[in-house]
Amino acid sequence: MKNISEFLLNQYQKKTLRLITCGSVDDGKSTLIGRLLHESQNVFEDQLKSLEKDSEKFGTHKNELDFSLLVDGLKAEREQGITIDVAYRFFETEHRRYIVADTPGHEQYTRNMATAASNAELAILLVDAQKGILAQTRRHYRIVTLMGIRNLVIAVNKMDLVQYKENVFQKIDSDFRNLVLDHDLNQIQVIPISATKGVNITENDQTISFYSGPSLLEYLDQLQIRNSSNNLKVPSSQESSFRMPVQRVIRPDESYRGFSGRIASGSVSNGDLVKILPSGVQSSVRSVDFWKNSISNASKNTSITLTLEDEVDVSRGDVICAYEDPPEIADQFQVDLIWMSKEPLIPGRQYLMRLHQQEVNAQVTRIRFKEEIETGKHLAAETLEMNEIAQINLSTNRPVVFEPYSSNRLMGGFIIIDKMNFDTVGAGIIKFALRRSSNIHWQKLQVNKVQRAKQKMQTPKCLWFTGLSGSGKSTIASLVEKKLHADGIHTYLLDGDNIRHGLNRDLGFTNEDRVENMRRISEVAKLMVDAGLIVIVSFISPFRAERQMVRELFDPSEFLEIFVDTPLEECERRDTKGLYAKARSGKLKNFTGIDSVYEPPESAEIKLNTITSKPEKCVDMILEKINIF
Amino acid sequence: MDSNLSHLEFLEAESIEIIREAIAGAKNPVMLYSIGKDSSVMLQLALKSFYPASPPLPLLHVDTTWKFKEMYNFRNQIARDSGMELLVHTNQEGVKAGISPFTHSSNYYTDVMKTQALRQVLEIGGYDVILGGARRDEEKSRAKERVFSFRSEGHNWDPKAQRPELWNLYNTKLNNGQTMRVFPLSNWTEKDVWQYLLQEKISIVPLYFAKERPIVYRNETLIMVDDERIPLETGEKPQMKSVRFRTLGCYPLTGAIESNASTLEEIVLETMKAKTSEREGRLIDSDEAGSMEKKKREGYF
Repeated sequence: MKNISEFLLNQYQKKTLRLITCGSVDDGKSTLIGRLLHESQNVFEDQLKSLEKDSEKFGTHKNELDFSLLVDGLKAEREQGITIDVAYRFFETEHRRYIVADTPGHEQYTRNMATAASNAELAILLVDAQKGILAQTRRHYRIVTLMGIRNLVIAVNKMDLVQYKENVFQKIDSDFRNLVLDHDLNQIQVIPISATKGVNITENDQTISFYSGPSLLEYLDQLQIRNSSNNLKVPSSQESSFRMPVQRVIRPDESYRGFSGRIASGSVSNGDLVKILPSGVQSSVRSVDFWKNSISNASKNTSITLTLEDEVDVSRGDVICAYEDPPEIADQFQVDLIWMSKEPLIPGRQYLMRLHQQEVNAQVTRIRFKEEIETGKHLAAETLEMNEIAQINLSTNRPVVFEPYSSNRLMGGFIIIDKMNFDTVGAGIIKFALRRSSNIHWQKLQVNKVQRAKQKMQTPKCLWFTGLSGSGKSTIASLVEKKLHADGIHTYLLDGDNIRHGLNRDLGFTNEDRVENMRRISEVAKLMVDAGLIVIVSFISPFRAERQMVRELFDPSEFLEIFVDTPLEECERRDTKGLYAKARSGKLKNFTGIDSVYEPPESAEIKLNTITSKPEKCVDMILEKINIF
Repeated sequence: MDSNLSHLEFLEAESIEIIREAIAGAKNPVMLYSIGKDSSVMLQLALKSFYPASPPLPLLHVDTTWKFKEMYNFRNQIARDSGMELLVHTNQEGVKAGISPFTHSSNYYTDVMKTQALRQVLEIGGYDVILGGARRDEEKSRAKERVFSFRSEGHNWDPKAQRPELWNLYNTKLNNGQTMRVFPLSNWTEKDVWQYLLQEKISIVPLYFAKERPIVYRNETLIMVDDERIPLETGEKPQMKSVRFRTLGCYPLTGAIESNASTLEEIVLETMKAKTSEREGRLIDSDEAGSMEKKKREGYF
């Protein structure tokens, strides 16, 4: 290449391919990437020098360069000789630019592998020729398909260690083809290689005499990429309609109001008729702006700012889309979910769901089945542990704009966030909506909460008592009700123990059952507040997440959390029901405070100390705080 | 990429999306501005992300007092031109104690004047989201970092406990005391940066262009004599050489390369043929094994 314009033109035309390498531990992923970088002349001299130094220190191959050390960058990784987190590497050939994500093989780092796979268009799945297809190979293959990667290279590595024998290769090839039978992949190529020896990486030099196909790099360089959204089953008119989730409203002054975002599919031009979802309001595009220019049209992947002809209400999380072909809106879905947290998934618990720029509360209403990933078997499940994959029903607290993941990754992939510590605990893909939200209607009632309360001449409230067993909740709650009743107030006391004899008698004491127990009681309490009553709930309610969920059911002024803060030792000393003694002796399982956790409130409206204050004093404190008339 | 866009257009669109997401999740954001070429690209992307509004965050320069003179001039010019607020912070305790890259080890110097200084100003300003121009192709531990990277209360990075980061869904929620560092240029390479500077005609510090400059040799590295603070050995005389810099930092710790590339076009061509990595000129990266990871764990950007 002689001059700059020629070089820049070449660069301009060169497309980038984002790919991952995956496969079981020790199948040689990092070594392969190191080799690819080296063979395509993308390793600098100073890096090569430090590689020589490192190979002597950490290397596993005597007197040879250990290419994996080019990639494994964390200290713990180099010391243990394993990959913990994804490493991103860059290289280019004459035909393509590549961003390679090297993913960890160990099962406990599956979430990092999913992170890398979510943005890849092609996967290289390594198989050790000596070992064949392993459980972890199947796991990675499953995540690759879950994430919608449809281009797959099976690199049968370490062929040198099996003397480049054809029958070894053929066996793995046919084993793999049996594995992929059920899946809809565009392209699979099986290539025998040796990463440490550099065989069949850049060119097929006939070291492997039975194989006449392309080398790994030759294959990657010439491949036509079809990505997940180019699903042949979806008519092309549908997949390419315009959708842009709004990231931000840009409003420097009165004269300009622009909606910025990145186009998730299709294209948009000046004058296009558009719809804003979920509101359904219609408008048309006045300008398509980027930087200092009005560019009149833009297509998929571009970050732009739109202005509209009408003064319509648009905010972050809304989707601006083609008027004639809008995406769906729904609040109940069937999804595939991969769980990523050490804390198990609890159906019924409220989590945050993030789907493009929308953020809503969501709960798992049913685990249809979990997959035994290594065999593909479907198993019944009450909960999900880290790295498990399941098909579930998911319900959101308000309708969201979406498309099935198979037709649009960006409109159908979501993450689940824990509401307490904000960790990302799960990732999922929407398969379809269970029913359209347009079919659900609230029955409009003629008499409402305000009217009911007015008749009773009181302000409805929910007084929620939480605390350990034996803390004095029920005693105080009962005194509060007695006092209110005497004053002519309409009340109802929901006691945890009593409700377990009726409405909740089908529930036990596992974490999942406790969450469901709480969900039912809170819904009942809500109905009673709606009826205009002062509802008093006396209920251990050990988990912060569920108490938060209950709180969100009510208007802020309606709900008071009352923490009966009696220390465990004191409750155990009182042991009015003899339960602590049973729990200590092992006769009673899952007992709060003993072998099941109690998470104390951080900001209860009222906190009671039953050691320093008599129950009557506590009642006075509560009545002082609430405002019922 | 199944894309109608060129690779630079794609990277640009992706970075703008990231910057907008970072701001959407932030209460008190700030953008680190190191005066280098990556900062110039970041600034351009920030301006584009919010145009015609001004980027809703200030620039922050952590100043060691040992940058090249031309960098300070350039910084002040940019602050005027961009219309953005520029904050400058120096670890005054370090200045008082006379910490200097000539008398102290590069490790100690970097810790006091960069890492500690950064931690100080983040505490003072109470920033929750800090944008920086680091790229994954720069160094091995950076290659492992997420685009949105979380720090504990003490600004420490735990590379073994990074949040999963799927698709373009960035979970920007912070737990108590956590802060977030955001790297919109994660997927860019050095080559991309130079090509983008050329494409966008972005101005950069003149030190990036080859010119005759006074040079001395230190540890096989070409160090420019930028002011009188550099101790010369008896009989040592700076030589005039045509050099440029691939990266810019503190002048006593930044090696020049011999070059005649005096335009962006020439630099792009030279970068394409480069046989050594850009951080080779950074003395602080190689002062001990795994040193970048260690610095990052302690709060270095």
